Amino acid sequence: MSVIPDSSTETTGAAAAVAATSPASRRNALLRRGVPALVLLVLLAAVPLFADPFTTNTISRILIFALFAVSLDLLVGITGLPSLGHAAYFGVGAYTAGLVSIHWTSEAPVPVLLAAGAGAVAAAATGWLAVRSGGVYFLMLTLAIGELVHQLAQRLTSVTGGSNGLFGIPSVRIGGQPLTLAGLVYWYVLVLALLGFLGLWLVARSPFGGALRGIRDNEPRMRSLGYSPFRYKYVAFILAGGFAGLAGGLFAGLLRIVNPSDAGFTTSALMLLAVILGGAGTLWGPVLGAAVVVLVRDTFGPQLDGHGPLLLGIVFVVAVYVLPRGFAGLTGVLARRKRTAGGTA
Amino acid sequence: MSQPLLSLSGVCRHFGALKAVDDVSLDVPAGARHALIGPNGAGKSTLFKLITGAMPVTAGRVALAGADITRLPEHQRARRGISQTLQHSSLFLTQTVLQNVLLAAQRQHSSRHSLVPRRQAGARERARALLADVGLEQRASTPVAALSHGERRQVEVAVALACEPRLLLLDEPAAGMSPAESARLVALLKSLPASVTLVIVEHDLDVVFALATSVTVLHLGRVLLTGSPDEVRASAAVQEAYLGTGRESLFTDGSGPAHLEVS
Repeated sequence: MSVIPDSSTETTGAAAAVAATSPASRRNALLRRGVPALVLLVLLAAVPLFADPFTTNTISRILIFALFAVSLDLLVGITGLPSLGHAAYFGVGAYTAGLVSIHWTSEAPVPVLLAAGAGAVAAAATGWLAVRSGGVYFLMLTLAIGELVHQLAQRLTSVTGGSNGLFGIPSVRIGGQPLTLAGLVYWYVLVLALLGFLGLWLVARSPFGGALRGIRDNEPRMRSLGYSPFRYKYVAFILAGGFAGLAGGLFAGLLRIVNPSDAGFTTSALMLLAVILGGAGTLWGPVLGAAVVVLVRDTFGPQLDGHGPLLLGIVFVVAVYVLPRGFAGLTGVLARRKRTAGGTA
Repeated sequence: MSQPLLSLSGVCRHFGALKAVDDVSLDVPAGARHALIGPNGAGKSTLFKLITGAMPVTAGRVALAGADITRLPEHQRARRGISQTLQHSSLFLTQTVLQNVLLAAQRQHSSRHSLVPRRQAGARERARALLADVGLEQRASTPVAALSHGERRQVEVAVALACEPRLLLLDEPAAGMSPAESARLVALLKSLPASVTLVIVEHDLDVVFALATSVTVLHLGRVLLTGSPDEVRASAAVQEAYLGTGRESLFTDGSGPAHLEVS
């Protein structure tokens, strides 16, 4: 599977560099980007005030899968490592959070933090081998890792509940009070997901993230510049696993049941689809991709007599033809159109 | 000079029966401006790959400033101060010119491991200075994919210099440059401090003789001659390597193969 890296993050970086030359234009850029972000944030925070519990729940799930998809984008779009087993770390996180909540405590940040840690540890253990390969071999290795975790979840019945799933996970508690209202759970998910997005965004904008993009574009050259691609890819893999684990932990807290399939191939493939649908390498594109995937699969899917996957497939095929760079590619098209229109006027 | 900066002894690289580099021994003293010339297929680029570690040697020993680096992987050799430009531009196409140079420069400014955004003032300043040196300061925020061939060659040089090398290997840096661009390049390379040792592969002999203080001629993977530019210019063996041996017979009468073909 070829993933075309999108250059829009780089061009915005360049725009920022140009803007940095004058304080006034920098303030303008801040306003232009900051105001919509703030509006979006307020809207997101206000969701439980006007939406019914079912909708609120759906948006919670979208946020969780969006975080999951963005963590995968760190691998696929930024580092150039298309993984077909990323759900393994999501699953590890979900089971960890579930088990911690059942056997120890469901007090707010503890289960998700341990879930993130477990995802990172699992990624560290398996990635050491996987990132030494590339391309199709990486795809196959991660596929195998995903199946391994899926099988473990199926077989370790005494720990994971086997194919029945891990159920009876107590609801998240804050200060001893269980969060039972959909709106409160939503805010909990929102805060942690936003922290996750922030973390991933910081990594992508950092010098480390720059090195990852360098490896994606031209690995031999990075080596000749004195970078060890293995080390960078390994750390990226661990970070992606950690953030996927965080998403898994939130998932366990929201649904309060974890199934082996949440760690399986279908989940991995759907998330890869979400990343490509949204636009790999942009971070915000996969958020939209994840929203489409969740809506089609969980919300509209049940009304289609089990034809949800078919609809998803059609959406994907159409999207690949119409939007080769995903939803994120649309902004480039619009910007270009605006520029040419301005030129002719 | 007590010990050479770069020392090759008995270096070989074979591809099956083909001896691309065959028993090459070469000492380059620190601060030297050394040129490597030879006809196409002489093994110049392969020899560079053996020095940088992009390709393992079949036999022999590579030493940098007295330390044996034969078994070190490429990125560790780079960290010891080997930097290069490649014969065919090898850059980060989706990224801007400045970002390309920054990737090389940030290694020297200890911010490359940072997981959060940094302003990287030191590295940026150095990158901009280098872009001004190669004449690309106006193109800093242009994606490399949009540059002309000659401009890409200049970015290559800026990237290589941003590694702050002790040993700079340039593989045909002037290829595809306009005369003005290549004159600028020569001036830039001449202005490099003596702390940078230069080894240059170049077909443009004007560039070679403008820069080099010593020249090695490679032919069919072997060292034909190492000497001063004047010695090389005067050498009959070098002329033969470039023009070919015994081809005169094609143009003279007698029992050459051409004659046989005609009859």
